[in-house]
Amino acid sequence: MAYRDEKLREEKVFKDPVHRYIHVRDRAIWDLIGTREFQRLRRIKQLGTTFLTFHGAEHSRFNHSLGVYEIVRRILTNFEGRSNWNPEERLLCLAAALLHDLGHGPFSHSFEKVFKLDHEDFTKAIILGDTEINQILQRVEPKFPEKVAEVINKTYHDKLVVSLISSQIDADRMDYLQRDAYFTGVSYGHFDMERILRVMRPLDDQVVIKQSGMHAVEDYIMSRYQMYWQVYFHPVSRSAEVILSKILHRVKHLHNQHYQFKQEPKHFLSFFAGDVTLTDYINLDETIVMYYFQAWINEDDVILSDLCRRFTNRKLFQYVEFNPKQQIKESIELFQLFEAINLDPDYYLVVDSSSDLPYDFYRPGEEGERLPIYLLTPQDELQELSRASDIVESISGKKRTDHKLYYPADLIEALPDDQPEKARIKVLLGLE
Amino acid sequence: MLLNHARLVRFFIDANSIVGRKKLQKMIYILKKLNLPFDEKFAFHFYGPYSEELTLRIEELCNLGFVSEEKQDKGHYLQYQYTVTDAGLSFLEQAPDDLPLCKDEIELLKAQSSRFLELVSTMLFFDDLPPEEVEKKIHQVKASVNYSDADIKEAWRFIDQLKEGRVH
Repeated sequence: MAYRDEKLREEKVFKDPVHRYIHVRDRAIWDLIGTREFQRLRRIKQLGTTFLTFHGAEHSRFNHSLGVYEIVRRILTNFEGRSNWNPEERLLCLAAALLHDLGHGPFSHSFEKVFKLDHEDFTKAIILGDTEINQILQRVEPKFPEKVAEVINKTYHDKLVVSLISSQIDADRMDYLQRDAYFTGVSYGHFDMERILRVMRPLDDQVVIKQSGMHAVEDYIMSRYQMYWQVYFHPVSRSAEVILSKILHRVKHLHNQHYQFKQEPKHFLSFFAGDVTLTDYINLDETIVMYYFQAWINEDDVILSDLCRRFTNRKLFQYVEFNPKQQIKESIELFQLFEAINLDPDYYLVVDSSSDLPYDFYRPGEEGERLPIYLLTPQDELQELSRASDIVESISGKKRTDHKLYYPADLIEALPDDQPEKARIKVLLGLE
Repeated sequence: MLLNHARLVRFFIDANSIVGRKKLQKMIYILKKLNLPFDEKFAFHFYGPYSEELTLRIEELCNLGFVSEEKQDKGHYLQYQYTVTDAGLSFLEQAPDDLPLCKDEIELLKAQSSRFLELVSTMLFFDDLPPEEVEKKIHQVKASVNYSDADIKEAWRFIDQLKEGRVH
């Protein structure tokens, strides 16, 4: 029997708190899960620094990847026998779902910003490179790795296949919303996924939703909106993210200045040089990063030591709301005052904006930028979701944005009371 | 501070005004591919390279009153026009940007249709492939747009012109 059709003698199941069970019958899927590159995802947290706000949020990209695979498996079971669906694409969809986050690195978001990387490039590199993943995909078919990479990169010719993994209502979002809600313990993020899966229909090059399922989709859209503001963009998690970014900037700066580290940043050298190899990338996970942060607490550089202590021991920056239009002059004055008290504002006075963490809100596809969610009416006509739903219409038109100014309150408070800058800083930060 | 916002305000000043969200997205993507310092992350979407980060940043600029967004009803769809406001000019005086001079490139891009910029940006998205593979890809992922061989030839010429301009 060809490898692509090979089934396990007995179905394997993973117990899962979100989907109850994750079912694996295909030999290739089972083999992919066992590779070192996929197992590495156990050591990358799904929500990065959010565990410092919601202590339960320790779940990994491994959990999430299995969850996305399971949702796609269930969607495809519902698609069986329907027109517009090509069953030959089944294994491709499952493999792409399983591997879609393979290239995420430790604390992905900050790493990508500081070192100008893109995890999607590394997903592609792992799938196409000299890896265990590639060997298994090659066994399916020599062109299979390329096809999987194209689906994940959203450049595969069959847009229906792509839309299962990446669209405005896809398996990726349906898993992470529920999983992140479960592990953070919040009550947002819940919606009737079983209902949505039952009303999904393949139509030409996209997945559409039967009109009767509109209310279940409304719940899903509301979940996205609430999870963003309540969990993903939580100001305390953002504070941790700000400190994390500043640690990476500092350590890179010190390396460029030929600073003599007590703990050499060996795992980071190719990141500093901008020539990260696949091996270096795969070898760096969150356990290693946390090891360095702990060690760097003992460095002589005061800024690096302080930032690492803050991240490791959760001594985060405080924040105030910041309106760049009304307060730009004040922020410049604060910048100068921080310099005057020897607190480097490049590290200790940071503006964070909602666009720094762009979780995608539902967009009704104006001017054809992103494909919207379409409802399929009983007359077989398509209707864009926000035109049918007042609830969705009200939040998709709402442009709420946010800016905060982060600073180390403890260091400001520790200044002597007779230090002339102290009182002015507190006034500008609204502390007095 | 707010350097990425300042770069976009500078872009809108240099462009005078931009009509169309798709056009705006493709222009920034192409400028980024010309190594201009735009930090917004792009991924491939149904209509080519698209950045959610850029969309949100523009929304922030509009909410702050630094850029005005005017909506025009075109019947089948809504079209948006973006222009810098006085508040945006004042912001840039206080929060300087570091965008190198690129008025010529912006003018060149602005003069093109969004359909053509969609083609150019998609070709640039596949710039790690040999030219014949890029063209094959265009016919695959843009089958519904139906670009002709002449369109693709013109896009290659345009890309060369842009790159040549940046060198000099």
